[in-house]
Amino acid sequence: MAASVETIEQVKSLGERYKYGWSTDLEMETAPKGLNEDIIRFISAKKDEPEWMLEWRLKAFRHWLTMPEPGWAKVGFPPIDYQDVYYYAAPKQTEKPKSLDEVDPKLLETYEKLGIPLKEQEMLAGVAVDAVFDSVSVATTFKKKLEEVGVIFCSISEAVQNHPELVRKYLGSVVPYADNKHACLNAAVFTDGSFVYIPEGVRCPMELSTYFRINAENTGQFERTLIIADKGSYVSYLEGCTAPQRDENQLHAAVVELVALEDAEIKYSTVQNWFPGDEEGKGGIYNFVTKRGLCEGARSKISWTQVETGSAITWKYPSCILKGDNSVGEFYSIAITNNLQQADTGTKMIHLGKNTSSRIISKGISAGRSNQTYRGLVRMGGKAENARNYTQCDSLLIGERCGAHTVPYIESKNRSAKVEHEATTSRISEDQLFYCTQRGIGEEEAVALVVNGFCREVLQQLPMEFAVEAQKLVGISLEGSVG
Amino acid sequence: MAQQEILSTEPYLARFNAAKARLPGAGQSWLDELRETAAARFRDLGFPTQRHEIWKYTPLKALQGIGFTPAGEVARPASLDHVPSLLPAKAPRYRATLVGGVVRPELSSPDEELPAGATIERLAAALERDPAGLAELLGRVADDRDQPLLALNTALFEDGVVIRLGRNLVLDRPLELTLVGPLAEVPTQVHPRILIVLEEGAQATVLEHHLGFGTEPVFHNGVSEIALGPNARLTHIKVQAAPLETFHFATTHLRQERDSAYDGFTLNRGAGLSRLETRVKLVGEGADCRLNGAYLLRGRQHGDITTVVDHQVPHCTSREVVKGAIDDRGRGVFQGLIKVAPHAQKTDGRMLNKTLLLSEKAEIDTKPELEIFADDVQCAHGATAGAIDDMALFYLRSRGLDEAAARALLVESFLAETVEELGDESLRPLLLERIRDWLQVRRESLEEVAA
Repeated sequence: MAASVETIEQVKSLGERYKYGWSTDLEMETAPKGLNEDIIRFISAKKDEPEWMLEWRLKAFRHWLTMPEPGWAKVGFPPIDYQDVYYYAAPKQTEKPKSLDEVDPKLLETYEKLGIPLKEQEMLAGVAVDAVFDSVSVATTFKKKLEEVGVIFCSISEAVQNHPELVRKYLGSVVPYADNKHACLNAAVFTDGSFVYIPEGVRCPMELSTYFRINAENTGQFERTLIIADKGSYVSYLEGCTAPQRDENQLHAAVVELVALEDAEIKYSTVQNWFPGDEEGKGGIYNFVTKRGLCEGARSKISWTQVETGSAITWKYPSCILKGDNSVGEFYSIAITNNLQQADTGTKMIHLGKNTSSRIISKGISAGRSNQTYRGLVRMGGKAENARNYTQCDSLLIGERCGAHTVPYIESKNRSAKVEHEATTSRISEDQLFYCTQRGIGEEEAVALVVNGFCREVLQQLPMEFAVEAQKLVGISLEGSVG
Repeated sequence: MAQQEILSTEPYLARFNAAKARLPGAGQSWLDELRETAAARFRDLGFPTQRHEIWKYTPLKALQGIGFTPAGEVARPASLDHVPSLLPAKAPRYRATLVGGVVRPELSSPDEELPAGATIERLAAALERDPAGLAELLGRVADDRDQPLLALNTALFEDGVVIRLGRNLVLDRPLELTLVGPLAEVPTQVHPRILIVLEEGAQATVLEHHLGFGTEPVFHNGVSEIALGPNARLTHIKVQAAPLETFHFATTHLRQERDSAYDGFTLNRGAGLSRLETRVKLVGEGADCRLNGAYLLRGRQHGDITTVVDHQVPHCTSREVVKGAIDDRGRGVFQGLIKVAPHAQKTDGRMLNKTLLLSEKAEIDTKPELEIFADDVQCAHGATAGAIDDMALFYLRSRGLDEAAARALLVESFLAETVEELGDESLRPLLLERIRDWLQVRRESLEEVAA
């Protein structure tokens, strides 16, 4: 099979440990360290936000102060000093660039290293990029083409200015500000993120993509993404992340809200390979993300696909609320942890409408001394007539010092609803490894090969460009886990 | 989450302080200390609330506001002329019967019948006869650090049964333990304690049957501690068929040594609110543990089966097949956890939970959990929930069965799969019969509606 040979070559070509481990020297404009109402007013003023936005932030902040740290996830870390974080950092620029030529060349170089198709690569697979460098969106491409069909794709700050009615209507409608401690913090201090609106009946002509970057030291990242797919529309959204190597732990508390109206479909794909900390577990990103989609209208569909290989700690449960009749939710996930990484991730499928269906495929790979938990909820409400769920979570263990845990919650209040859940945990069989090695394939490559096979069901769900990157990542993430 | 009312520990602690000098074994320093520590533990932990992850789906608020009198303080009626049995009338058996948590010798088989090396005795009597032996057993398998109900039982138990089988002893007949609820005119509480110890190579079958005749609320908080020595084999069947007024909580703590085998089956069909919890520690290589069961719930019954299997050493196997049928507004809960400790390589752990929802308002909450810290293991779990398959129903109807009969047949065959997991074939009909009874009631009510 040609594809598998290609995979091996790709895995081979990725000799280096963490190739995105560098940082860019840029002058930063920052708010003072720490968190209080003045900082929130500062952020809001910087963004020239309307009064209602500030009020919402302050309400969230006041509520946040009353919330305890969530302690139920199977992750351990020292308490976070929220006062030791910069909540606002922006690359210094006098005014917004009109075209890519005006963008700081250093930034462009950064993206080039990451392989983001910003300039010459613009045409590659027709990806439009809203690149978020730290907190401020610096460049948006393909804007014109999107405008032609009426798609709004901009930073959320711009959306607050230009489309306040949409933002006001939907912001916090899926993830309320008081949802959980991390989402609440995000509501108070979010500095930027992406906003997408697909008008009725429009099929977005290209994949939309945002590359998040965490760059400035001690800068917490609080992205907020809001995607609204109006009746009968379709959009595929890609999110990818890399971060420079650092020693200090960095906090990231993002919120993603998706709303799909009647007959609309949103496909949201993520590749996350933030700095996971070194072999001794020093450093790395704390990734505490709240992602939720609302299938508001009948026959709407939301599909989450994620490849999680990075971060010291991942705490993430992309969920679907299946409110519209006949709506569909999907969750495809690969999570890989190595060294001392910890991941507690999964999904929630809340079936409210009739004939709703959901599918969960989760593949977890733990290596080194890492620990990984799949935590999921499938709830069939009393009115979810004929709802269906199928869940499969498989865990693969590599090495005897890692852990893999599965914590599914299944609640059914409807007789006609059908729920099926399966989970397995095992390691790579010696037979498989022996077969590969006796064919001349090195042990590490053999592991990457087997793991890629194990993940195939999920990798297939990714858009093509992402699938290639994700396959490479699977190999990189497991380096040093064998032998 | 809904506002949690905290169930007060006060009346129970007051009861302990008032009664501690009179409880069986009082004055033996080890036991006094054990009870004091347990009471303090219970005070610190309080009653479990839904904020405790493992009690998430089973609220205790129904117990609130009921003053439960200790069963031992309520005058006992003269006699029970007939104690129902799980076994056919003439089947040979050993028997121990407890009424309101206290052993009734006249309803139990005489000691003379037992083979040498086997003892079945009242816990209260054993504490007097062999305090040193009991000090080695009581509280040794169960660990109350995060178990408030266990601590409460330890503080307040008045009686129970101690079953001990010596080396290589094979108990020639099944032992039937019948626990009859208190026959009282007021709400009562009862905290029976059962200890089962099988030494190396010993074998036994124990049938545990919970029932009652009263109409007053009963708070049953039973604890069993079971220790299986190397190569020991225990078949343990538990049928919970207490009256609907009963709040039935029972925790079985099991420790298995090398190559021992436990074949457990739980049929949970009684009590308005019940929770049967089994906590297993596999501490010897080659141990095999089976925790199968079925739950049958109707009306407003709430039935919870919770299991924790802790694989602490390599080469152990555990199997669980638990299925249920829920009718009316019944609510079923299944929580299963398989833990695999670091270095417990070659563990083979499997768990399956399936539920049939028979009515519009029935509910099932299930949480099959894996916690694995070793890599060379085979662990799997599965869970399903749904209604009776329409195609299967259609097939049976097309063969001339009426709807009620067809449904009953499908539910029976669904549940029979769990009974087939039981190693001892001779015991299967007893369980099937109890499942059929339950279905018969349902069938009659369906026919009434149809008529």
